[in-house]
Amino acid sequence: MNTVLLLFMVVVVIGIIRAHNLFSVVILGGAYSFLLATVMVVLDAVDVAMTEAAVGAGMSTVLLLAVLHLTRTREAPLRHAPAIPLLVCLLTGSALVYATVDLPPFGLADNPQNQHVAPYYLDNAEKETKSPNVVTAVLASYRGFDTLGEVTVIFTAGIGVLILLSRRRRREMIVVDEGRSKHDA
Amino acid sequence: MTEILADLNYWVTIFLMIGGLYIITAHGNMIKKLVGLGIFQTSVYLLFLSPGKVLGGTAPIIAPGFELYSNPLPHVLILTAIVVGVATIALGLALVVRIHEAYGTIEDDEVQEMEAD
Repeated sequence: MNTVLLLFMVVVVIGIIRAHNLFSVVILGGAYSFLLATVMVVLDAVDVAMTEAAVGAGMSTVLLLAVLHLTRTREAPLRHAPAIPLLVCLLTGSALVYATVDLPPFGLADNPQNQHVAPYYLDNAEKETKSPNVVTAVLASYRGFDTLGEVTVIFTAGIGVLILLSRRRRREMIVVDEGRSKHDA
Repeated sequence: MTEILADLNYWVTIFLMIGGLYIITAHGNMIKKLVGLGIFQTSVYLLFLSPGKVLGGTAPIIAPGFELYSNPLPHVLILTAIVVGVATIALGLALVVRIHEAYGTIEDDEVQEMEAD
């Protein structure tokens, strides 16, 4: 099951690389996000899967489609053969594959990463926070400051988007531009 | 055979990472670059979630009758990362809209040519 889903994801990514119509790129991106959400369910990360389906597949796709509506939907063909990017990617890829040799075996409970702080959360989260969902307990209580930082990032990004797209400022800039061209003339 | 399948998660993660990196570096269209950035980000989600899976375990929601749970910590970290990822994409898309207004194109080499003129 997991294998099939992962291979589907590989196929979708190859499709995204090859597609020149940006509309199909965006829709394939949405399909990719849904596949990823399903893989996350297989990996027991149900909360993450829900978020990915709603935010990754839903919101990102809507945002990308909105921007396509404002800009254009075809990608210009590549001007020269992408030799250097290919080389960099292949080198990085082989280094990463080499690094997987040293990883602990997949899915064992006594791997180091599963022995650190996770057993404490699993044993005590329900007692200490009254939430049977350990992910919620860690997100909102044990690592609440992380979540506060996340909210700060979103707030900053929201301000950035508003400033970039605000109408009044743009009108002022156009006026300034016209003023400057009159001055030049 | 099972060993190969177990490592498949990591290899697919690496392929997705490289695919995203390739789109970002080789393609000049900014919307496609952002989709590539999204693929790169999501590959990191897999990189975190795969080692946290415990074979035979279940989702970390405490319930009677279950003894073995997957590691909840990567789930929390990735939950944060997904939302931050969308914020990044949104900011990037806003920049793309402004670049399109200013230059009439969203290809980075065309923008560079206009700047050079």
